[in-house]
Amino acid sequence: MAFESIKELMALHNKTGKEVWQLIMEEDAHDRNTTPENSFEKMGAMWTAMKASSDNYDPSLRSSAGLSGGDGERIRQYKKKCISGEFMGEVIAEAISMAESNACMRCVVAAPTAGSCGVIPAVLIPYVRKHNTPEDKIIKGLFTSAGFGQIIAKRAFIAGASGGCQAEIGSASAMAAAMLVYLQGGSAEQSASALAFALKSLLGLVCDPVAGLVEVPCVKRNVIGAVNAITSADMALAGIETMIPPDEVIDAMREVGLAMPSSLRETGLGGLAATPTGVNIAKNMPRLGSYN
Amino acid sequence: MNLFDIMGPVMVGPSSSHTAGAVRIGRVSRQLLGERVEEAEIFFHGSFALTGAGHGTDKAIIAGLLDMETYDIRIPQSMEIAKNEGMIFTISAIDLKNAHPNTVLMYLKGKSRELEIQASSLGGGRISIDSIDGIQTSFSAEYPTLIVHNEDKAGHVAQITSMLADKNINIATINLYRNKRGGYAVMVAETDDPIPFEIIKELEKAEGIIKATYLN
Repeated sequence: MAFESIKELMALHNKTGKEVWQLIMEEDAHDRNTTPENSFEKMGAMWTAMKASSDNYDPSLRSSAGLSGGDGERIRQYKKKCISGEFMGEVIAEAISMAESNACMRCVVAAPTAGSCGVIPAVLIPYVRKHNTPEDKIIKGLFTSAGFGQIIAKRAFIAGASGGCQAEIGSASAMAAAMLVYLQGGSAEQSASALAFALKSLLGLVCDPVAGLVEVPCVKRNVIGAVNAITSADMALAGIETMIPPDEVIDAMREVGLAMPSSLRETGLGGLAATPTGVNIAKNMPRLGSYN
Repeated sequence: MNLFDIMGPVMVGPSSSHTAGAVRIGRVSRQLLGERVEEAEIFFHGSFALTGAGHGTDKAIIAGLLDMETYDIRIPQSMEIAKNEGMIFTISAIDLKNAHPNTVLMYLKGKSRELEIQASSLGGGRISIDSIDGIQTSFSAEYPTLIVHNEDKAGHVAQITSMLADKNINIATINLYRNKRGGYAVMVAETDDPIPFEIIKELEKAEGIIKATYLN
């Protein structure tokens, strides 16, 4: 049932000489009592669904609460002027579009959660477009990402209600960073370092959604998750090593999450949700039964 | 957590607890009723009542009652679809005692059967069925699950488990719930393997069995 630690995964990788994605795929096949081929096919279906969500983005949609929609297209139109360059413009656009699609009740791939569904596709889709990455390599990248995410879920948490936004966007960012290192041809240890950098940089991020909805600030937090994944991957690929081992970083995320007051864990009672504007928005939300 | 709970599920947003979980509750309830839902009285408690409209929990639960999956792109239109299919439904808020914040209570009617069900969405799309026809239960509907309503008399459990053993079906968990001694009891058995249809049919005919339903 999944790996207990990144240390354990690295040790197995060094002992068997098998790539990390393969170890993760084999573990999944064992766990779900199926074949590695079936596991690979299933991950392929996740990639297909991710691409379909991206292709089906509709800039004219608005969420039921009216707080989200259309901004993905706004940044897409602007991307050539981006201070951080056109590639980063595409990353920002993809992150917002995907998170807006989620808020507007479109189909997405929760990765690891619905609220953080924009992070992984935001780095993956523009990357694949730029590098013409073959499909099987993309799927292997997703295994790498999911396997590291599974360890985070096992040692800490991935739900905002449990550990704040660091557990959702932070985990998604860490998963995306590890995946990017793999796609760029980095080592397993570099993937683990990238994960640590990404998680460390988002440690303490609270979950404070306005009116309790997965919209403000969640949609735009997908952007910081994606951008942070790229800078973390680059640091690891440049040979920078994490001072705190990745497992200890994950454990620290858990400690921080447990120390967070419940008002900052998806209750819609603290942080941005508790600002005068946030409170006012919550007051004017659509109510149940208004359609009857 | 399984690998595809981390990369996945594929779902209609915005929330795994308030949307995907609600679809699953609706769908499991529809399966437990065992036939098309004709009338539904739906009550949302806690966070479901407070943020349900913004999260599409209302559309999600109706979609589930229409037997849609969590990734069905028709979920946002479920209310119109339900109305076109002649389903009558009401949704309102309720304050339940000692219930999980994401809880729904429903009274469902089909052509020949009725069901009262209370269920909660625990996060990440996982759910718990908390009561059936007023009898407290606790199961996840993640495994093949057999639910038998029977008179609370000696021998029913043995009868059912031996039927399953005969077909080489391994029971993962088994729980019994009842309202009072000698009254009405509900047995919930989660199995590792799917249960053949003929066992359900056979059970329904057995003496003292009020109804048998099966989730897979």
